[in-house]
Amino acid sequence: MKPWIEKQHHLIDFTAQSLARRKGKSLGLLVVYTLLVFVLASVSLYTHALRNEATRILAGTPEIVLQRLIAGRHDLVPPGYVERIGRIRGVQKIEGRLWGYYYDSVLKANYTFMVAADREIAPGEIVVGPALERTRGLSEGNGISFRSYSGELHTFIAAEVLPHESELVSADLVLMNEADFRRFFAYPAGHYTDVALWVANPLEVRNVGVKLLDALPDSRPILREEVLRTYASIFDWREGMMLALLSAAILAFGIFAWEKAAGLSAEEKREIGILKAIGWETGDVIAMKFWEGFLVSLLAFLIGYVTAYLHVFHFEFTLFAPVLKGWAVLYPSFALTPQIDGLQVATLFVFTVLPYTAATLVPIWRAATTDPDTVMRS
Amino acid sequence: MLELANIRKVFNQGQHNEYWALKGIDLEIPPAQVSVLKGPSGSGKTTLLTILGCLARPTEGRVRLNREDISGLPERFLTEIRRRTFGFIFQQFNLIRGLSAVENIILPGYPGGTPRAQLLARAEALLADLQLAHRRDAKVEWLSGGEQQRVAICRALINDPEILVADEPTANLDSKLSAEFLLILHRLAESGRTVILTSHDPLVVESAVVDRVYSLRDGLLIEVQHARRAAP
Ligand SMILES: Nc1ncnc2c1ncn2[C@@H]1O[C@H](COP(=O)(O)OP(=O)(O)OP(=O)(O)O)[C@@H](O)[C@H]1O
Ligand SMILES: [Mg+2]
Repeated sequence: MKPWIEKQHHLIDFTAQSLARRKGKSLGLLVVYTLLVFVLASVSLYTHALRNEATRILAGTPEIVLQRLIAGRHDLVPPGYVERIGRIRGVQKIEGRLWGYYYDSVLKANYTFMVAADREIAPGEIVVGPALERTRGLSEGNGISFRSYSGELHTFIAAEVLPHESELVSADLVLMNEADFRRFFAYPAGHYTDVALWVANPLEVRNVGVKLLDALPDSRPILREEVLRTYASIFDWREGMMLALLSAAILAFGIFAWEKAAGLSAEEKREIGILKAIGWETGDVIAMKFWEGFLVSLLAFLIGYVTAYLHVFHFEFTLFAPVLKGWAVLYPSFALTPQIDGLQVATLFVFTVLPYTAATLVPIWRAATTDPDTVMRS
Repeated sequence: MLELANIRKVFNQGQHNEYWALKGIDLEIPPAQVSVLKGPSGSGKTTLLTILGCLARPTEGRVRLNREDISGLPERFLTEIRRRTFGFIFQQFNLIRGLSAVENIILPGYPGGTPRAQLLARAEALLADLQLAHRRDAKVEWLSGGEQQRVAICRALINDPEILVADEPTANLDSKLSAEFLLILHRLAESGRTVILTSHDPLVVESAVVDRVYSLRDGLLIEVQHARRAAP
């Protein structure tokens, strides 16, 4: 065992020296390879993080959201509507919700104003998302004025800033109490924006939807599972597009790698001949070349993956964002929560390091099995 | 001791350019002596040397090393024997460019898994012995022809082989360097190593260090000359 390890040690030494001796070729290969890993890892990290983010957000939302329609358009839920739903079996909780958009002409940005159902907010106070903290310089205890659609100014005290981890959902959020909300938007009393229904049993959701339509023909129940499906299909389609592009890139790389590897230079062939003549076995030569391929691809993998990680989680996926514009419609701008998935890393590793290492070995096999006496005749 | 029995070697067998380079050779290489294979170009010297050094297999016939038949062994074992028993010096020296002298010298020690420190110590002893210690870290392509050959000799000796094999070792050297090389061979033979070379250089063939001369012609052994060893 000891000599075996010592031998691998020698072979790796030799390979590292060989790579250093052929700087141009090694560097070129490393750059192209790193680029490939970078692109693959960027897309993979990005889609993965996005998917997780979306799932996480939707996990907290109600199973059914009921909207009222007038002439096919979303309208306010009138008083008595919630009561008319009455008791439907399987529904755990019914809640009228109040929310709306507010256009901030100072920053030319949209905020989501919302009445918090799960917390008490004192009159005249608001709880804001991190985006407002950033863009309007708001911090706890500060006051801020918004001009309502009727023209009058309303001043609120920021009681709290929401945590940054939930930024994707809450960045532009402004939470306030119901009375303030109704006053600010001049929202008619007893009306709601929509109705949220929580259903405990997932198998019941569809039934509940049908019953809702029966009871309230002018309503539109939106099921969470349908939203999820829509998201999933958007993600899948986008990812599919990317993967199609990427497989072309991988193919090109495969050909490149093959060329590089198959085109063993005369010098390299001569060296292999010498090594064989001075007592290296075919297996030793192949092991040496295996280490070469492995070192190059491992290095490329590490550099490519780390830069991809930085690209996705610290530079907001800048390079490829235009390609994936469709997603931006869902979430205007946000930083993803950094995360690494073991399986994903493993998949990427297998699809980049293994093919290259294998591709370098095939032509070596031929060179390494040449008879050692050919050296005598060069 | 190396013995060949009825060695025949064919190239491109079964093809229109089939060529018998060796046509039945029997010989014995005595241990701890300097033997030379001579003959006109194309007579089969190099071919015979590759068979003696286990670099190639004969088409027919037997090779015996220290009374053991090694001609039927699988490649792995043959390589193992070659590495332990033989050291090679090539006409073109065949050093690996871009590596230093000492790195070149220790290359044959890699497959055996000898620790690097041990290999380096041995290489340095050899370099010192051939007055080359000061060129230890020089890239081989910067060395003179004579220095390159001495590096090649060190490399051939790194695994402490019993037999040293050299093909046309003086072809790239002037007569002064050739004479020095022969002196080195003489010392090696005196210290118990078997030396086999090919040459058509009269300086080598007629040298006093040479103990036996085998003359080849058209793939056949036509004459064996014994010489009494005398100091050169
Ligand atoms: N791989 C090969 N394929 C075909 N023919 C070969 C091969 N190797 C050697 N030969 C032929 O075998 C014959 C003997 O070759 P060899 O190299 O042994 O001669 P040599 O005595 O060493 O000649 P020189 O003094 O020129 O080196 C030559 O005619 C050569 O052309
Ligand atoms: Mg020859």
